[in-house]
Amino acid sequence: MKILFRKTRELETQIDDYLDIVERGALIFLQGLRLFFENRLDEFEVRYKDLRAMESKGDSLRRDIENKLYTHTLIPESRGDVLGLLESSDRVLNRMAKTLLNFSIENPHISEELKPLFIDLAQSSTSAVENMVKAVRTYFRDLLSVRDLINKALFFEKESDKIAEKVKRIVFQKDAELSWKNHMRVFAHHIELIADEAEDVCDRLAIAVAKRHE
Amino acid sequence: MIWFFLLSGIFLGWSLGANDAANIFGTAVSTRMVKFRIAALVASVFVILGAVLGGAGTTETLGELGAINAMGGSFTVALASGLTVAWMTRAKLPVSTSQAIIGGILGWNWFTASPTDFGALSEIISAWIFSPIIAALFAFILSKIIALMIKGIHLHLLRVDQVTRIALILIGAFGAYSLGANNIANVMGVFVPANPFADVHLGNMFNFTGTQQLFLLGGLAISAGIYTYSRKVMVTVGNDLYKLTPLTALVVVLAVALVLFIFASENLQHLLISEGLPPLPLVPVSSSQAVIGAVIGIGLSRGGKGIRYRVMGRIAMGWILTPVAACLLTFILLFFVKNVFEIQVVK
Repeated sequence: MKILFRKTRELETQIDDYLDIVERGALIFLQGLRLFFENRLDEFEVRYKDLRAMESKGDSLRRDIENKLYTHTLIPESRGDVLGLLESSDRVLNRMAKTLLNFSIENPHISEELKPLFIDLAQSSTSAVENMVKAVRTYFRDLLSVRDLINKALFFEKESDKIAEKVKRIVFQKDAELSWKNHMRVFAHHIELIADEAEDVCDRLAIAVAKRHE
Repeated sequence: MIWFFLLSGIFLGWSLGANDAANIFGTAVSTRMVKFRIAALVASVFVILGAVLGGAGTTETLGELGAINAMGGSFTVALASGLTVAWMTRAKLPVSTSQAIIGGILGWNWFTASPTDFGALSEIISAWIFSPIIAALFAFILSKIIALMIKGIHLHLLRVDQVTRIALILIGAFGAYSLGANNIANVMGVFVPANPFADVHLGNMFNFTGTQQLFLLGGLAISAGIYTYSRKVMVTVGNDLYKLTPLTALVVVLAVALVLFIFASENLQHLLISEGLPPLPLVPVSSSQAVIGAVIGIGLSRGGKGIRYRVMGRIAMGWILTPVAACLLTFILLFFVKNVFEIQVVK
């Protein structure tokens, strides 16, 4: 019996490992931004490199999972949905890495007044990602609980929209250079996009759950 | 000449294998949960086992309806039934080998002025009516049980997939055994009274009766149908009527297998009698109609949405149309076989 389920168990572990990477990626992203705002740039660069390493590890793990799902024709009815979920989760991880890269290259000057708002924004976006990962994990074991987690993720996505809007309004009401205003807008938008990507995963997930309920 | 006569039965067996194996393994293969070569091997082995070990009960009931005692008569009845099935399938009318062969036997009784046992006939007709209803009931109960299990156990999706694959093969094997046991009478039942094979004894232990040899031949014909033609049916026709997920397919196959089994098992019949319960008649029933019953049962377990009730009308139409067409065709063919080819059709 153990032999029969060996392949399955190996793949279950790989999927869990992949989701762990996305979840840890969100924590590293948040930690990295905190360090950036505290002006501890060396430590920030270490976090950025960690996130890049996780992104590439996640890529190869995802490809391996996809390959196994196809070559062993596993979960034929749900395979397309599962692959879609893994690929869209990968976009969340990529978006977080890209955002830290932009901070690293452009080194935006964020005023003291805006820093707590940016931290709030990053926290909301990463909470959306964390709940999204929990929802995806739950999809594999307990369909009925997925809905609650999707709702939580969507709540944090809306929160991040509101905070990003607030940042942009404050910035554009200030008497400052347009180039700086635009810079702040773009960075708020980058962080907001992470939550938007998490929302896309949740939308896919909701459809995948409905299909399995049929 | 004997082998020529048996050809019509072999043709019926081939067509049963080609069409009805899809009722057992159709969804498993079309959803790629089970590879065709595994499905074909399991189905063939267990259909033959079912036919040889468990085919006696339903054959006896057909014998009660009309004991066709000349090879020419058996040949004509099987040929007329096979042609009826082929023609009605082509015309996209609901058809079942079980119902065609009964019509054929009635046609032989009519032509040869042999008496028809109306007690046996009423048993057969009631089994036709009850088999899809019982399949619906089984499927209703099974789908509720599986839904509760999935809700309670929280197995990983991949683990559910693997368990479903194993169950589809195991339950498919049971389904194939039951199909062989229940439906071999359709293929070879009419040849039993005029059976050309003698019993073979190997020491005191092994006794291979002439009837079992006949059923083995029928089983091999069914296997040939499975290997040569059922793949196409499994992949296309099997999925045209209804879209099943692997898990609902499991419920359908188990419900159908149970129905075929209870209408074929002599042991179950003895058990019911010994417990003072009313026994179920041993009658060849239609696996396709049981599938439709089971699908309706699953629909009802989900609140009855999306059930196409017209399908039930089509089943009832098949109960009347198929035996009447087979009966008439048998009568006409017997006339030609007897008077034109001068072949003995009754002793």
